[in-house]
Amino acid sequence: MQPIVEIRKLAFAYDPARPVLRDIDLTIKRGSVVGIMGQSGCGKTTLLRVIMGALRPTAGEARVLGHGTRELDTEGLYAMRRKMGMLFQFGALFTDMSVFENVAFPLREHTDLPDDLLNDLVLMKLQAVGLRGAAHLAPTELSGGMARRVALARSIALDPQLILYDEPFTGLDPISFGVIVRLIRNLNDSLGATSIIVTHDVQEALGVVDYVYFMAAGRVIAQGTPDEIRASGEPFVRQFVNGSSEGPVPFHYPAPGYDADLELAAA
Amino acid sequence: MNRSTIDLWVGVFVVAGIAGLLFLALKVGNLATFSTSQIYQVQAKFANIGGLKVRAPVKSAGVVIGRVADIRFDNETYEAIVSINIDSTFQFPRDTTAKILTSGILGEQYVGLEAGGDGVMLKNGDRLRLTQSAVVLENLISQFLFNKAAEGKPEAKDSAK
Amino acid sequence: MRFVTDMRARIERLGTSVTAHVWRLGFASRFLFYLVVHSGTALKRFRLTIAEIYFAGVLSLIIILVSGLFVGMVLALQGYETLQRFGASESLGVLVALSLVRELGPVVAGLLFASRAGSAITAEIGLMKATEQLSAMEMMAVDPIARVVAPRFWGGVISMPLLAALFSAMGVFGGYLVGVQLIGVDAGAFWSQMQAAVDVRNDIMNGVIKSVVFGLAVTWIAVFEGYDAPPTAEGVSRATTRTVVTSSLAILFLDFILTALMFTGGNHQ
Repeated sequence: MQPIVEIRKLAFAYDPARPVLRDIDLTIKRGSVVGIMGQSGCGKTTLLRVIMGALRPTAGEARVLGHGTRELDTEGLYAMRRKMGMLFQFGALFTDMSVFENVAFPLREHTDLPDDLLNDLVLMKLQAVGLRGAAHLAPTELSGGMARRVALARSIALDPQLILYDEPFTGLDPISFGVIVRLIRNLNDSLGATSIIVTHDVQEALGVVDYVYFMAAGRVIAQGTPDEIRASGEPFVRQFVNGSSEGPVPFHYPAPGYDADLELAAA
Repeated sequence: MNRSTIDLWVGVFVVAGIAGLLFLALKVGNLATFSTSQIYQVQAKFANIGGLKVRAPVKSAGVVIGRVADIRFDNETYEAIVSINIDSTFQFPRDTTAKILTSGILGEQYVGLEAGGDGVMLKNGDRLRLTQSAVVLENLISQFLFNKAAEGKPEAKDSAK
Repeated sequence: MRFVTDMRARIERLGTSVTAHVWRLGFASRFLFYLVVHSGTALKRFRLTIAEIYFAGVLSLIIILVSGLFVGMVLALQGYETLQRFGASESLGVLVALSLVRELGPVVAGLLFASRAGSAITAEIGLMKATEQLSAMEMMAVDPIARVVAPRFWGGVISMPLLAALFSAMGVFGGYLVGVQLIGVDAGAFWSQMQAAVDVRNDIMNGVIKSVVFGLAVTWIAVFEGYDAPPTAEGVSRATTRTVVTSSLAILFLDFILTALMFTGGNHQ
């Protein structure tokens, strides 16, 4: 079966002198939940933006849902995105609409459903994230975890084949966190979709994903199942998974000698 | 807010805005008095139009019956050609006289029409033959001074003797 | 020598800042072009635009009406003082109506509109950008310029001439209240002189044209500043300030140009 996302020798740079992504190879199979992990600034969000077609690769190829994102025009891009759902870091709910209208938004924009059918569909999506009772609330009345669940309901409104999560765990309390983790897994399996989670919450994410790509400085430096990653000998991955302050990523920002800075040498 | 309430308010707003425009056009401006009615245009040549401007009123017996539509300069006769729009409810004989007059001492200038006695009425495109130019204050004063000087001359000669 | 390098640095800085402004103007023009081309949604689903007319127009109504009334009243008071010295107090209506219809109506309504509705449009779009709502929309295969920006643009463009007309009408009414009711200028002379002097095509239509131009300029600046704002709280607040400053300057500048074109052209004829 053809993979949902296939990336070959991909490179990306805003400025040719400073490449953000280099030599990325990545294959994501239908039905899996895949994590893309790494430090802040390692290029994982850029990779996500390449996958969603917001950025065009400078070299190499990214095939998403059977489309090469490089050749797509705006029409084609929008057609592709109609088959994708995306959960933004803080939900990005439309603040001028109620919860119900937020979830109804993609349906109203892309379909011509009669009102009662649309109503049923929205309530089903909200039921799936456990917030049917909150349909009439405004987004400002929701807690962070609830807002993210509403955003999740909105991103699955059109039954996407591919769901992208950008840092879905940031700033959540343990209960909301557990809820989101379970939802990601359940929705993926019940919709028969494929999910990509971009995150730096490694420990937590390892519990939900099937396969992990580890990134550092614009490259994929390790990949494998969660068990393989936990057992990895790669020092960077070990430092990251264990969250220790010493390792390949130093605690200290590069600086001249401590003594020199404090002028101890002169004394 | 409810959708239909928004629609209602926007409706009220648009109606109020258009009412405001109509108020300006009808009550503040002069739309009601003219442009709805038919007009015909005649032309008149003047040796001097003074300070006459486009859109100045055209009056007969003090009643506004039309407006100045256009002012041009005739390069052959060195005269001003003034086109006048007259409301077609007002008919004038062909030998009507056009004068450039001033309302009050310092008021704006207008075209005054004085009906003649011809049986044939003016029609669109006709030319008014009889015209009287504007009175230009400087000319008036210099004429006055000239007359005064002419009167004073003999006396001046006498005293020189 | 030091002076020369100093001057050179200064000229270079001036140069970069000028290029940056020209570049931004070009970007804004391209944005406007794209916006107008992609206005299909805003016009087909006119309900979207109606909601924005509500926010830009109806919510500015109170401040416009009250300001118009007071400006008209002040004009009548000041104008009467001056006119009566020349024994021309019957021309009060002309003075009030012409100042409002030609200048103050479009200009003051435009300035109020810029600070009331323009800044709100910038803040709203900027905030939607900062909270990734625009990106989210794009990810749902909905063009945010067509869906969010265009209705706000047309809502503002439609509202502004109506607001300016209401401002002028209210001002004339305010002038009537003070001139006729309070000071005692003859009501007949007030209205008839006004009607004789105010011309529908030359004065009122030109005033309407001005208000349309100002509406286009203010809303264009407002939506562009919002869309172009850096996606942070500080960026949005700066963009909001810039909207008010830029559109006020634009109104005054355009007013000069339009007045020069409209009202001096007639005198040469």
